[in-house]
Amino acid sequence: MKPVVSLRGASLQFGKRTLWEDLNLDIKPGEFFAVLGPNGSGKTSFLKVLLGLQELQTGRATLGDRPVERGSSLIGYIPQQKSFAPDTPMRARDLVGLGVDGHRWGLRLGMSRANRRIDELLELVGASDYAKVPVGLLSGGEQQRLRVAQALATDPKVLLCDEPLLSLDLHHQQAVSALINKQCHEQNSAVVFVTHEINPIIDYVDRVLYLAGGRFRVGTPQEVMTTEVLSDLYGSHVEVIHANGRIVVVGLPDATTHHHDIVPVTAGEVA
Amino acid sequence: MDADSIIGAIFSFENYGELLVLVQNSIWAGAVLGLLGGLVGTFVMKRDLAFAVHGISELSFAGAAFALLIGADIVFGSLIGSVAAALLLGLMGVRARDKNSIIGVIMPFGLGLGILFLSLYQGRAANKFGLLTGQIVSVDTVQLQVLAGAAVAVIAALVIIWRPLNFASVDPELAEARGVPVRTLALIFMVLLGVSVALSIQVVGALLVLALLITPAAAALRVTSSPVALVVLSVVFAVTATVGGILLALGGRIPISPYVTTLSFLIYVVCRIIGSFRARKGINGRVVHAH
Repeated sequence: MKPVVSLRGASLQFGKRTLWEDLNLDIKPGEFFAVLGPNGSGKTSFLKVLLGLQELQTGRATLGDRPVERGSSLIGYIPQQKSFAPDTPMRARDLVGLGVDGHRWGLRLGMSRANRRIDELLELVGASDYAKVPVGLLSGGEQQRLRVAQALATDPKVLLCDEPLLSLDLHHQQAVSALINKQCHEQNSAVVFVTHEINPIIDYVDRVLYLAGGRFRVGTPQEVMTTEVLSDLYGSHVEVIHANGRIVVVGLPDATTHHHDIVPVTAGEVA
Repeated sequence: MDADSIIGAIFSFENYGELLVLVQNSIWAGAVLGLLGGLVGTFVMKRDLAFAVHGISELSFAGAAFALLIGADIVFGSLIGSVAAALLLGLMGVRARDKNSIIGVIMPFGLGLGILFLSLYQGRAANKFGLLTGQIVSVDTVQLQVLAGAAVAVIAALVIIWRPLNFASVDPELAEARGVPVRTLALIFMVLLGVSVALSIQVVGALLVLALLITPAAAALRVTSSPVALVVLSVVFAVTATVGGILLALGGRIPISPYVTTLSFLIYVVCRIIGSFRARKGINGRVVHAH
């Protein structure tokens, strides 16, 4: 199958710091691809490259058959949950509407057509009941469902997700990641899922790109999430424990453990 | 002055029919400004630019005062002042905090310059006062045509950039990812805002601009979150305040500003009460299923 995302000899530096170099990667339609790594390892920059918001120093990145470009309709983007002010003049359906035609010039003319599409998308993510509620009054989990609907508005071939589960409770983490996985399997969209916590999506992930210390490793979770590979990437001993289908990483270097949800997993949570 | 004569100065409806004919132009000017203010105001609220409007109006006032001093066209002077201020804010104040401090710095500077120019001016005192409080009563046909033409141009530009500007205003991060030219739109809007402020100042004065560009949209925001209803209500509120204010002011001897600001304020208070009533009742549009 032809890859939908391709990187060839790609490298990215900020000043003297190398985030990653000589990255070669193909992501196929219907593949659930996770990007993992500590803070500052270049996970978000990786997404920005695919969004066309960040230039590569060397190499090239292509989407479909063409170089990445800003505003490509092949891409759907789900950002981190970020609360809206309570008086934001926008209801749930308007947020989804931005994904449908918010980028077009002029006023919305085909009102009923746009409304039908918005209703479909709301139905798809189970958000119909709060379609007319101002977004500022919705919970983080409800907002993220709307973000999924918004991102799916253009029937994207690639779904880019930037820590979409951050600050959600377990129930909503499962619901939102299941929605994303559904799009991946039923519509054959490639999913690029940036996260620092693999466990909520461990059942869905096909392959992992692990970024750390200016280096990376690509492979299935079984290949990458091992004591040997992560110890090598971090340059110090890191213990990876597989327990009950979950992965616990212990002993990450201090500088990278901040905000690292993998570490504080307790015995109770693993069991 | 006793109570009766104060009331008489504020409200008087003698010879109302004849006066109405005389101020036709003013009423039209009020309606045009209401329409413009109501439309632009919704984006002022969405982009959190209320304070910026104030800063722009002070610099616009300085520009108009300078034009008055040197005998140049006042409209042109205030246009230069406000567009320059708007562009400065658009270019420099990327972050909200930064923007607010820049406004705080240029606002007193603009006002100070304006006062300087006015003190140097030797002409009619009414001209000076008019810049601050407006002279909508004295709008002639030519002024009305210029005003209407400029307002139509601003509204047309706003309609063209409506959807992406809305996207960039309420959801900037995603708009950027979708390829919306967020920075360019911000600058274009600042220019449109500058022109709107300059137009409004001609007729309602530098002090009253806020009542036209902010209060109606802020009031509408209290009672609706629907984008379409927001625009409609904002325009209706603004036109009600300007035209209603002019009609009420006809008979009295005081300037028009207090009428417009008071109407505008009352509409806001009513909307606020309705909004908080709904919030207390938990009416927010959510469909609750009976179990």
